[in-house]
Amino acid sequence: MNLYRDTGVVLRVQKLGEADRIITLLTRRTGKVRAVARGVRRTKSRFGARVEPFCHVDVQFYTGRTLDVITQVETVDAFSAGIVGDYQRYTSACAILETADRLAGEEKEPVLRLYMLVAGALRALSAGERDPSLVLDAFLLRAMAFAGWEPAVTECARCGVPGPHSSFSVAGGGAVCTGCRPPGSARPSAETFSLLAALMHGDWECAEASGSVARRDTSGLVAAHLQWHLERQLRTLPLVERRGREETAAT
Amino acid sequence: MYEGPVQDLIEELGRLPGVGPKSAQRIAFHLLGSDPADVARLQDALQRVKDGVVFCDVCGNVSEQERCRICRDARRDPASVCVVEEPKDVLAIERTREFKGRYHVLGGALDPLSGIGPDQLRIRELLTRIGEQEVTEVIIATDPNTEGEATATYLVRMLRDFPGLTVTRLASGLPMGGDLEFADELTLGRAFSGRRTV
Ligand SMILES: [Zn+2]
Ligand SMILES: [Zn+2]
Repeated sequence: MNLYRDTGVVLRVQKLGEADRIITLLTRRTGKVRAVARGVRRTKSRFGARVEPFCHVDVQFYTGRTLDVITQVETVDAFSAGIVGDYQRYTSACAILETADRLAGEEKEPVLRLYMLVAGALRALSAGERDPSLVLDAFLLRAMAFAGWEPAVTECARCGVPGPHSSFSVAGGGAVCTGCRPPGSARPSAETFSLLAALMHGDWECAEASGSVARRDTSGLVAAHLQWHLERQLRTLPLVERRGREETAAT
Repeated sequence: MYEGPVQDLIEELGRLPGVGPKSAQRIAFHLLGSDPADVARLQDALQRVKDGVVFCDVCGNVSEQERCRICRDARRDPASVCVVEEPKDVLAIERTREFKGRYHVLGGALDPLSGIGPDQLRIRELLTRIGEQEVTEVIIATDPNTEGEATATYLVRMLRDFPGLTVTRLASGLPMGGDLEFADELTLGRAFSGRRTV
C-alpha cells in the first residue's frame, strides 16, 4: 500500500454511493487531489466533519487505482466555524474555492503559491476582521497573477507607459492610456485604481480606507476580468453577497 | 459487458444513488428472472411516482394532493414550523414522534458551489407563510454540515425581524459533516427536544 501525507484545504465534496464522498483538496506539495472518504455521511463517522469545505487539514492518503483514499485526517485550522456563521463570508469563501479549483489545473501538479493564497484568504475570512468583499477581491487579483492574467493597474497594459491612467479595458488587459484606450473601456475613479493596486500588493491600510463606491466598482472590474479569462462562468460569483445587510437596508 | 436490453438496464440501474455496478447487475438479473406481474407492478409504481406525485402548496413536501397529509391534519400545530432541506428529512423527523407541528421543505441547502442561492430554494415561500399565518416558532433542522449550517445562518438573519417569532436550531448530538437521514432516531429525537434558540 502506497501511503502519503499532505496538508490541504478542502475545495469541494461530492456524494458517492450510499455514504461516501469524493473530496477535492488543494494541497501544499501535491497540488489538487481528488480522493474518496468512506462512510463520512453517516453521523457516526470518525472524520466526516473534518472533510467539509473550507477545512484546512493534514491528510494521509493511500494511492488507489482510480482515486486515492483518505485514511486519516487531522485538523490544522477549523476555518469553517468562522465562515458558515456569516452569509457574506460563506459566499465569498465559496467563490475562493471555486476559483482555486479552476486555476489549479491538472491533478497532482504542485501549485504551492495558489495553496498559500487560498489558505491565507480563508484564514482572513474566518477571523472576520476584514470586509469579506475586499478579502475575496484581493484573492482573485492575486490568483489571476498566479495564472498569469493579472490586470495592469499602474502602467498601460498595451504600451507600458506609466500611469496613473483613467481607463480600464478587460479585453485590453487592465489599465490603458488615452492613446491605447479601446472603445467601450470603463472609466473607473482614481480611488478605484488605487484600491486595485492596494489589494494586489496587500496594502490593507489603504484598502480599508476606501469608500463603498470604489469597493463596488473594484469588485465589478475584478469579476469581469476573471470571467473574461475563464472558459466557463463561475457559478459562485453571481451568488456572492457583496455588502452587509445593514448597509443594503440603509441604501 | 452484456448485450442489448440487459446492458441498457444495468446502466440505468447503475445511475441510481447507492447502486454500484455489481448491485446493478444483481438487480437486472433478478428482474430478468422474476414473474412478469411483479415487473409490471414495479413499472407501474415508477410511472405513478412521476405522474401522480406533486409538491404540497403549503410546505413543499411530496404529496398526492394540493396539500399534504400533515398540512391537512388539524391536530398538527400550525404555529410551529420545522424547516428541513428535503422530503426525506420530514420522514426522519416523523419517525422520532417528537414533533407535533408542521414542516417547510426548502428543496436543498444554500450551496453556491452548485449554483444554489436563496432564489433556488423555497425561502421566499417560507417568509410569506410566516408573514401570513400565525407562526410563533420556527425550528431550523437543516443538515449538520457546511451547507446546512450556512443555510441556518441565512434563515436566522431573515427571520430575526419577525416580531414574536422564536427561532430554534436542533441541538448538538448531530455531529458536523453528516446527513440528517443517517442520524439514528434516538440522536435525532434528543437533538429535537434539546433544540436551542438562535
Ligand atoms: Zn498605452
Ligand atoms: Zn404540506
